[in-house]
Amino acid sequence: MIRAVMVMNTQGKPRLSKFYDFMPTEKQQDLIRRVFGVLCSRAENLSNFIEVNSIFGPVLLEEIGDEAETLIVGTAHYLLQDTRLVYKHYATLYFVFVFDNSENELAMLDLIQVFVETLDKCFKNVCELDIVFNFNKMHTVLDEIILGGQVLETSSTEVMKAVEEITKLEKASNSINLVPKSMSGWQGR
Amino acid sequence: MSSQGGWGLSKEFLDLVKSIGEARSKAEEDRIVLHEIEILKRRIIEPEIPKRKMKEFIIRLVYIEMLGHDASFGYIHAVKMTHDDALMLKRTGYLAVTLFLNEDHDLIILIVNTIQKDLKSDNYLMVCAALTAVCKLINEETIPAVLPQVVELLAHQKEAVRKKAIMALHRFHQRSPSSVAHLVSNFRKRLCDNDPGVMGATLCPLFDLITADLSSYKDLVISFVSILKQVAERRLPKTYDYHQMPAPFIQIRLLKVLALLGSGDKHASENMYTVLGDIFRKCDSTSNIGNAVLYECICCVSSIYPNSKLLDAAAEVTSKFLKSESHNLKYMGIDALGRLIKINPDIAEEHQLAVIDCLEDPDDTLKRKTIELLYKMTKSSNVEVIVDRMIGYMISINDNHYKTEIASRCVELAEQFAPSNQWFIQTMNKVFEHAGDLVNIKVAHNLMRLIAEGFGEEDEGADSQLRSSAVESYLHIIGEPKLPSVFLQVICWVLGEYGTADGKFSASYITGKLCDVAEAHSNDDTVKTYAVTAIMKVCAFEIAAGRRIELLPECQSLIDELSASHSTDLQQRAYELQAMLGLDSRAVENIIPLDASCEDIEVNKSMSFLNGYVEKSLENGARPYIPENERSRMLNISSFQSPDQHVPSAHALRFEAYELPKPSVSVRNASVSFASSTDLVPVSEPMYEKEILHLASMSSMSDTRSAELKLRLEGVQKKWGRPTYSTPAPSTSNTNTQKTANGGSQHDGQGTLSSQAHETRDVPHNSRKSQIGVSPEKQKLAASLFGGSASKAEKKASSSTHKTSRVPAVEKPQVATAPQNESLNHPPPDLLDLGEPTISATATTTTSSSMDPFMQLEGLMEQNTGPVSVSKQPDLMALYGDTITTGLSGDTLTSGLSDYFANITQSSMGAPEAAHTTQPSSSKKGPNRHDSLEKDALARQMGVTPSGKNPNLFSDLLG
Repeated sequence: MIRAVMVMNTQGKPRLSKFYDFMPTEKQQDLIRRVFGVLCSRAENLSNFIEVNSIFGPVLLEEIGDEAETLIVGTAHYLLQDTRLVYKHYATLYFVFVFDNSENELAMLDLIQVFVETLDKCFKNVCELDIVFNFNKMHTVLDEIILGGQVLETSSTEVMKAVEEITKLEKASNSINLVPKSMSGWQGR
Repeated sequence: MSSQGGWGLSKEFLDLVKSIGEARSKAEEDRIVLHEIEILKRRIIEPEIPKRKMKEFIIRLVYIEMLGHDASFGYIHAVKMTHDDALMLKRTGYLAVTLFLNEDHDLIILIVNTIQKDLKSDNYLMVCAALTAVCKLINEETIPAVLPQVVELLAHQKEAVRKKAIMALHRFHQRSPSSVAHLVSNFRKRLCDNDPGVMGATLCPLFDLITADLSSYKDLVISFVSILKQVAERRLPKTYDYHQMPAPFIQIRLLKVLALLGSGDKHASENMYTVLGDIFRKCDSTSNIGNAVLYECICCVSSIYPNSKLLDAAAEVTSKFLKSESHNLKYMGIDALGRLIKINPDIAEEHQLAVIDCLEDPDDTLKRKTIELLYKMTKSSNVEVIVDRMIGYMISINDNHYKTEIASRCVELAEQFAPSNQWFIQTMNKVFEHAGDLVNIKVAHNLMRLIAEGFGEEDEGADSQLRSSAVESYLHIIGEPKLPSVFLQVICWVLGEYGTADGKFSASYITGKLCDVAEAHSNDDTVKTYAVTAIMKVCAFEIAAGRRIELLPECQSLIDELSASHSTDLQQRAYELQAMLGLDSRAVENIIPLDASCEDIEVNKSMSFLNGYVEKSLENGARPYIPENERSRMLNISSFQSPDQHVPSAHALRFEAYELPKPSVSVRNASVSFASSTDLVPVSEPMYEKEILHLASMSSMSDTRSAELKLRLEGVQKKWGRPTYSTPAPSTSNTNTQKTANGGSQHDGQGTLSSQAHETRDVPHNSRKSQIGVSPEKQKLAASLFGGSASKAEKKASSSTHKTSRVPAVEKPQVATAPQNESLNHPPPDLLDLGEPTISATATTTTSSSMDPFMQLEGLMEQNTGPVSVSKQPDLMALYGDTITTGLSGDTLTSGLSDYFANITQSSMGAPEAAHTTQPSSSKKGPNRHDSLEKDALARQMGVTPSGKNPNLFSDLLG
């Protein structure tokens, strides 16, 4: 399952963070910082995958506790759920998906692609500013793609349809008490 | 930028975002955010905020939390917002609470009702919003509140709702499988949903279910295969295509499920062959997602019952991956190779050069993956190269987590495949030198054990060669600065045990080196302890061999320094060493026998050697021994009768006086025990050890039985500053030994397996090397990694002897160390026993209970023995008397004794002393000194010093 989604800029400022298992705020910050530390130390043209057990810890190791140590010595080592991340660098932003070994790295890479494509459709040539000012919209998009750590939808057209419908309805229901300054949301264009 | 306005955000928020974006430092950012928090705190509680404004506040809160600041003051407002009817506000509320709250947060209870209502809403978007919240917020306790609605939604007309309902149900299953166990069949039903998206979503929970319980889903193999076939044949609507691939994410998930179902099941696997072959053929290997599907196919093929055709196809794809320019694909290729060589090790040979390229790649991810691959294909012929590479990499990285992992893998490989003793010792030295502080202490203990026991019992010469090569390399390395503590402990132990064994080095040379170590690491007590013990051993061996010991001046000063140490353990050892130097060779030989670290210690459980003594005591009127279970029962009864007297509440001091002991018995007994304690001096060492062990084992039994009693004593301990020892110490150490044993045997199994697997290959491969024009170094590396077939047969032989010799080597330590551990760790219960008779005796007699306890103690001092009037006492006496003789010089015996007994009689204080007195002799050998040190430190903190030199501590208590 997917454990976390992070978007941060090249200075390490978080632009979106979503953890599918609850983490206290401080822990989240710490993880984001450490992930950023790893990311910015990587040269370009390397692989997009990083094993991050040292940051997130292998999942089962925590659950089994002591017994896991014996596991790690023997053949059963890879039965443990490794934690990996896939990242992609777009302009000033890093998109990071953290997941365990029940997911396929290459597929996750494409899922980032789906996410970004959808955002692009949403905001027309998405840039960091769009994301900063509309991070709640980004959450809406992400919630359509991933639910509870599982991939829900992988077609950006479908996601767009759902998001559009939500927006339409929100506007309708709020037109009385919410008068937007301009109609120029992503929809207005 | 024009997109900002659509969401109705105010200028304030935009300004906030902007100013944070422009902040130059973290401090400045923090300042801005704290200011913002102040504003929000003030404004969010203003009455009658327009809803739109409130929504913005909430979004600002979320933003603040994302930046790492606490926004908990606004949680309640987010919760309130979920109650709003307007979808936009509700969604904002839900978004905020899902980000803010964990599933066990108190506020969740306020949302459950809203969620219930929203799940029933006519507006499917409302339902979707609620389902999203359900996935995040509902915990085990609240599942029943929403479960019926969620189940109902599985049949909702909108596929988006059905999908999310499945996900919600899956989440419930993850949280608490039992709560939805009866609904699992729904997942199967939804697999036949006519919307492919819903079907795809169902695969997520099914994957989990199948992982947990393979056999109940075997019947679905046919369905999965036919679905996969339809998908691969593009029977799904075009909308599911992604980059010209038909529903690749669904394909990947199906392949994962099939891999599970087909593993080790020939029949199920046969159903899959055709469709897998089709995918291999049709899949587009130019796009990223196409390769993802191909990789998943390889995983599936290598997991199910092998089929040679498919394996060929998989190998072909793997080689394409490895040859690719993309690092991502190389990574996948290495991973795929790691899977395939498990089935057919020959595949690796073809790719040796690609693998070496990856090993030298600047990309760290790729390097790690490759090292992992090498680890999997290690055998005795290439272990040197691989471990060398691994250590080199280990030195180069800073990531402690990964360093530790590599170190333990190096150790594992070295133990398993070591071609020679020299190499093994050198490898271990390197690992310890560079990662000594990271490796598990068990590894160090293993190394000591290995050196002590040798590789094979049948070859005594090799063992001593191993030892002397270890000694030599350690003497070489010992002067280096900054050696990790664990490594120094190993060095000290080995030098002490075997430093002078082969006669190459003189005793004074070794002791000199050991003194240097102790001096150089003056703030590491553990190392000093190891060093001083090692010196003692070296000296003992010299004395036993009849040579005169000339103590070096620096050694003498070390002893002097340590006798005044703050660490009672160090003190004790220093005194022991001094005392031992004064003994004759026969006595020394008994105290520290030569090279006896692996000797089994015999335990005389019936303690028959005491029978005579017991009888004599009984004749003299001592009370007969009351078996443990009866005793505790008596205690229970008595405590029932007068609970406030005998059962002090766990955390209160006992204010009422102790009862008087039965005077007649104790007087008579005193004389007996006194006599015995004097003639106990010449009791031989092994005898004494038996006693302790015996006691320990007995008391451990009692320990388990009288849990109730133990609890009570624990409470008292704290008040009286006694270290708690019903602590898990004994149990952990026991499990430790067990664990290492398990680990060991696991290696074994693995060793056998992998070497068998590997020996089958290794045939001609050199042909390839010459064809490709690569650097000779790489070729050489390749040859050493993948080939080395020349000395194969011989290596195989050696590795097999290795294996056979390893079995006893692994099992023996269990026997050897276990008793030691026991004697080390069980003294505490011992004391329970000690105190217990006193209590039961007094309880049954119930004499005048209002006596001053200190008066009583004084009386005891005079009599020199306490109310330890039960027949168990003699062995205790023996124990203490004996320990003192070994620990201190003879003339302090009586004073020491009286001190000890003063302490013991003070039942709440007595325990640590006993722990100490039992400790030195039992821990003379064997590496397990850590526990005792810890105990010691604890005792010191509590201000209880076991040495007879320091009785002042109790003077105020003793009046």
